[in-house]
Amino acid sequence: MSDDGQRTRSLIRAFLTLVVAAACYEAAARSGYFAPALLPTIPTVANTLWSMLADGSMIEHAAFTLYRVLFGFALAVAVGIPLGILMARFQRVENFFLPLVSALMPIPSFALVPLFMLWFGIGNLTAILIVFYAATFPMMFNTWSGVRSVNPLWLHAASTMGADEHKLFWKVIIPGASPFIITGMRQAFLRSWIAVVGAEMIAASDWGLGWVIFDAKEFLNTDIMLASLVVIGGIGYVFERLVFGSLERATVLRWGMMRAVKG
Amino acid sequence: MPNAVNTLGVTGESVPSVGDRLRLVARSVFPFMVVGGIWEIVAWAGVFPHRLFPTLEEVAQTFVHLTFSGVLPHHVVETVLRLLAGFALAGVFGVTVGVLMGRSRRAEDILLPLVSICAPIPGLAYAPLFLLWFGLGDMSAVLLVGFVSAFPVIFNSWTGVKAVKEIWVRSAQSMGADNRRLFRHVILPGALPYILTGLRLGLAQAWRILVAVEMLAAVPWGLGWMIFGSRKFLNTDIMLAGIAVIAIIGLVLEKFAFQKIEDYTVVRWGMVTA
Repeated sequence: MSDDGQRTRSLIRAFLTLVVAAACYEAAARSGYFAPALLPTIPTVANTLWSMLADGSMIEHAAFTLYRVLFGFALAVAVGIPLGILMARFQRVENFFLPLVSALMPIPSFALVPLFMLWFGIGNLTAILIVFYAATFPMMFNTWSGVRSVNPLWLHAASTMGADEHKLFWKVIIPGASPFIITGMRQAFLRSWIAVVGAEMIAASDWGLGWVIFDAKEFLNTDIMLASLVVIGGIGYVFERLVFGSLERATVLRWGMMRAVKG
Repeated sequence: MPNAVNTLGVTGESVPSVGDRLRLVARSVFPFMVVGGIWEIVAWAGVFPHRLFPTLEEVAQTFVHLTFSGVLPHHVVETVLRLLAGFALAGVFGVTVGVLMGRSRRAEDILLPLVSICAPIPGLAYAPLFLLWFGLGDMSAVLLVGFVSAFPVIFNSWTGVKAVKEIWVRSAQSMGADNRRLFRHVILPGALPYILTGLRLGLAQAWRILVAVEMLAAVPWGLGWMIFGSRKFLNTDIMLAGIAVIAIIGLVLEKFAFQKIEDYTVVRWGMVTA
C-alpha cells in the first residue's frame, strides 16, 4: 500500500520534472535571448519531426542507419560468438587472439573512420565495417568469459550422466554462457549504435540519421537536429528495452539463469 | 667451491623462471609477428595502392619523425589536456548528482527521468548541436566530453550509494554517527567500488568521444584532428601512427591509472579482491 503510494508519488514527480524542464526550455527559446535558429521551440521541433515522418525522409534515413547497424551487428555476432567460444575452449586459440584483442580494444572506432574512408570509400561499406569493429569486441569478450564461467560442477554432472561432447556443448555450455552472451549482445548493440552515428557523420554519405544531424548543422537547421536526436534516442530505447529485454525474458529468465531485475 | 655451488644453485633456480617469462613474452609477441608479417606481405605485394597501405617500416619512420619534430607530442598534450578537463567536469558533476540521487528520494525522482532520457542517445549525436551552441573549438569539445562521460558516472554512483548495506548504515547510526560522519565513513567507502567503476567507464567513454569530437570540432591540435587532417593528403602512414598512439594512451589509461587507484583504495580496504 505505502509502496504503491510511493510509486505513484515517484511517477508524479517524474512527470512534473519533465514538464518543468520542457517549460524552462520553452521559456528560454521564446525569451529572445538566444537566436531562434539555435534554440527552436518545442512545437517547431515537433512540427519538423512530424513533417519529416510524413514525407518519409526520416523513415528512409532511419532505415539506412538501421540497415548499417544491423548488418554490422550481425557480422559481429557471427564472428564474435564462435571466436569467444573457441578462445574459452582451446588454450591455443586464446593464446593467439588475446594479445591481439587487448591491443585493438582500446582503439576507439571513430579513430578508424578516416582510415576506413580511404580504404573502402564513402558509404555503406565503411559504416558497416566500423559497426562491426565496434561490436565484435564486447561480443567476443562476453562470450569468452561466459563460457569460462560455466560451473564446472554442471560439466562434471552432465558427463557422468553420459553426455557426449555435442550434447555437453548445446545443453550445458551454451545455456550456461547465455546470460553473458546476451549481455554482450546488449553492449555490442549499444556500441554499434554509437559507432554508426559517428561513422555517418564523419564519413558522410547521403542517408542516415547521423548524416542528417551533421548536414543540418551546415544550414543551422537546429529543429532537424533535435528531431533526429529524438528519433535516434527512440530507436536506441526500443532496441535496448524491447528487443533485448524480450530476448532475455524468452531465454535466460525463463531458464532460471538470472533473476529479473526490478525497475 | 662454495661460490660455485652457490652460483649453480642460483642459476639452477632462475633458469626456469627466465625461461617461463621468455616463453610468455614470445607467446604474446607471436600473434603480432604473424599479423605484422601478413601486413608486410600485402603491402609489398602491392595489392593495394602503396599510398593507402604503407609498410610497417614507413609507419615506424613517420612515427619517429613526428615524435622528434615535436608535432606528435604537441598533439598528444592537447588531446590529453582536453580529456582531463572534460573528465574532471564529468567526475565532479557525475559523482555529485549520483550521490544526491542515491541519498534523497526527491532528487532521484526529479533527476532520474532527465538522466534516463538523455543517456541512451549516442554522445556524438549531440556534437553538432554543441558546436552550434558553443562554437567550434575547445569549449564545445570539453563540454561534450564532460556531458557524455558524466552518464556512466552518475548511474554507477547512484547504484553504489543505493547498494551500501542497510545494516552498516544502521549500526553506524546506533553507534552515534552524525550525518557527516555517516557519509564520510560509511556511505562513501561503501559506494566507492561502484563509483570507481563508473569513473572507469566514464573515462573510456570520454576517450572514445574525444577522438571523434576533435575530428568534427576543427581544433588546431589533437590526435583526432591529426588523423582526420591527414586524410586530405592521403597520409596513411600518419594516420596509422596516430591510431597506434591512441591505442597506447587508451591502454595506459585503462591499465595503469585506474588499476593503481583501485589498488590503493577499495582493494586495500578489502571491498573487492584484487
